[in-house]
Amino acid sequence: MSLMAGTLHVVEYNALVFRRIWRGSIAVSFFTPLFFLAAMGIGLGSLVNRSSGGVNGVPYLEFLAPGLIAAACMQTAAVEATYPILAKIMWDKTYEAALATPVTIPDLIRGEVVWITIRMFIVASMFWIVMYLFGVGHSLESLLVIPAGILTGLAFATTIMAFTATRRNDSGFAAINRFVIIPLYLLGGTFFPIAKLPLALQVLAWATPLAHGVALTRGLVLGNIAAPEAALHALVPVAYFAGGLLIARALLMKRLAK
Amino acid sequence: MGDSNSLILARQLTKRFGDLTAVDGIDFEVAKGEAFGFLGPNGAGKTSTMRMIGGVSPVTSGLLTIFGLDPAAHGPTIRARLGVVPQADTLDLELTVRENLMIYSRYFDLSWREGARRADELLEFVQLKERSRDKVDELSGGMKRRLTIARALINSPELLLLDEPTTGLDPQARHLVWDRLYRLKQRGVTLVLTTHYMDEAEQLCDRLVVMDKARIAAEGSPRELIDKYSTREVLELRFPIDQQPVLDGKLNDVAERIEVLPDRVLLYTGDGDQAIAAVHRQGLRPETALVRRSTLEDVFLRLTGRSLVD
Repeated sequence: MSLMAGTLHVVEYNALVFRRIWRGSIAVSFFTPLFFLAAMGIGLGSLVNRSSGGVNGVPYLEFLAPGLIAAACMQTAAVEATYPILAKIMWDKTYEAALATPVTIPDLIRGEVVWITIRMFIVASMFWIVMYLFGVGHSLESLLVIPAGILTGLAFATTIMAFTATRRNDSGFAAINRFVIIPLYLLGGTFFPIAKLPLALQVLAWATPLAHGVALTRGLVLGNIAAPEAALHALVPVAYFAGGLLIARALLMKRLAK
Repeated sequence: MGDSNSLILARQLTKRFGDLTAVDGIDFEVAKGEAFGFLGPNGAGKTSTMRMIGGVSPVTSGLLTIFGLDPAAHGPTIRARLGVVPQADTLDLELTVRENLMIYSRYFDLSWREGARRADELLEFVQLKERSRDKVDELSGGMKRRLTIARALINSPELLLLDEPTTGLDPQARHLVWDRLYRLKQRGVTLVLTTHYMDEAEQLCDRLVVMDKARIAAEGSPRELIDKYSTREVLELRFPIDQQPVLDGKLNDVAERIEVLPDRVLLYTGDGDQAIAAVHRQGLRPETALVRRSTLEDVFLRLTGRSLVD
């Protein structure tokens, strides 16, 4: 079986399961940004705009919306790379069943990464539509936030998958959410510029893929980012993604082929 | 090396998990079309052996070939021609009965159309056609087992690996599984199964190995093993609790061998009825006395000094 075929069949499995919940899932992907942009962008934004004329010279809604796409992809990846993967490893033994066929462990990993990418694509494009409806990102280049958001999420997908591969129960996932995802979501540059943080936290924030993902998505929507700077911001998530992939692969090989 | 008919060939096959040796240098061969069994208690190394044959568990040392191929180098190629029925069902509870077969057919790279055709055919074969749209969750244990077997057959395998195919099933469900396996064997599918049920091994296996403590204790057809390691008949005596008799060699002339178990005394003999008469002549008054033919359980007891199922 070719490299592509094994990967494709793992994606098909996920799609078959997703078929039962796709309507609800897509509705959530639409209404969440709708409420968020209404509350934060317009509600809170009006206060911000009145008191300081927006952030970095742009209205708060335009400052906020693109970064939220990157953050939403991060959250999607963090969910998809934890519980469902551990369920397939140990609770439902889905991987054991698949590995009795020509499907290989690398096929499983590639398939899951592609599937998470598809899930993030749904989330990011619904977000883009809502953002468009709010009057932000009316340029062709602004569509690039979708791949940029997905890239940010992928950095989390593989690294968290590597973490999941080491788990014997789900207790660590709440900790990941509490100590990594939520702090990054709140402090990673999405809601206010990282420059407002104390220096130590600024350094920490710039070491994470989210800060770079937010900078990238924001720059693409506002149209004020130069290509070299964009490439630099893309490089960090790419590095996390690649490193996570290698570690996840080694750990899953060790765990599943014993 | 084995002859070209060997579907599976193992020489000094060993599997270690850290300090634990699960399989300790075993040799065996399985020929095409054969039904071959691994009989042994839990922890004897049966499942580890099966997982190595299935190409999912790396061999620690020794030689193993399946279809003449090394599983370390040709795992996917081997697995494309294998069917695997694992010890614990790995069915997908989120999918329907039919979807379980469909997605499995995709794992084998069959087209959706071909997968659908085979799924319907196999659901008929395992008598689950009426349940095809149900969730797997709603099936009984026996039905799940049959579905697992159907799933293992989706790629029309030449070799079917079954790890304790009927453990936990009621007698009716077991007989239905046995019947389907027997039909597969008649169609020329090679069966390799593990079991700790003697009747299952006797029903299904042309040849088997008795495994104990990671090694092979004996090998042969069920008949050969019984002839070699047991007598034609066995007299089972049960005495009232706390009144196990002191035999003091009283019955040594009657039986070739005597096993005193916690709950009964087994006399291995060519003629059970004669043995009963001798027991009575000795003044022993068992609560029950049963003459039966020797089974593989007796072989196992003889080889290991322990019962097969504790």
